[in-house]
Amino acid sequence: MKYEITREPLRLDDLIAAVQTEACGAVVAFLGVVRELGDGDQPVDGLSYEAYPELALTEMRAIGAQASRKFGDARVAIAHRIGDLGIGEASVAVAVAAAHRGVAFDACEHAIDELKRRVPIWKKEHFRSGAARWRPNAVPGT
Amino acid sequence: MRIQILAFAGLREIVGGAERTLEVPDGETAGRAWDALAREFPRLAEIERSIRLARNGAFVERDAALRDGDVLAIMPPFGGG
Repeated sequence: MKYEITREPLRLDDLIAAVQTEACGAVVAFLGVVRELGDGDQPVDGLSYEAYPELALTEMRAIGAQASRKFGDARVAIAHRIGDLGIGEASVAVAVAAAHRGVAFDACEHAIDELKRRVPIWKKEHFRSGAARWRPNAVPGT
Repeated sequence: MRIQILAFAGLREIVGGAERTLEVPDGETAGRAWDALAREFPRLAEIERSIRLARNGAFVERDAALRDGDVLAIMPPFGGG
């Protein structure tokens, strides 16, 4: 399985190849991409991401291991891009392979939810107005 | 003793750089090292409740003891994805 923090464009094919085996009947792939509207629905030119790579990779591996335990046979790969990204570019990619699709969908959703909650990565929104602001993820229950 | 501070995102901007060294008393905890930084940079105190700390690449709570040469990361709320 594969866990990566990279400055290069994300390649979903590489993640899928890392998780798929002959025992897998389902592969679910998720891409998070930069959209044109940021906080308060203000238009952005793009986002910049930074990470604490050492700890981020530790947490990403733990999320993959947790998903495999929680969802039986799920195999998980996660990659997150850092640096400056434009609208439409992928910031995060998750690929999950499993024997059946139900487990693969559930494990993929779990992995991206956990990534947003516990992996030390940050994004700054660069608004078209010229302003820029760090944007934390929403915390469930608040 | 001397520890290394790693600051990320908005905290990096407040303290004016990703890395700095901090002189602290022997046996200092992660939380008290943060307090020392917050005295130097009062804007840190405003966001204290939301920060996370890591010692040598692993999450810790405020009461974690530090040793000479430790790396203490100070992190604002995450925004990955």
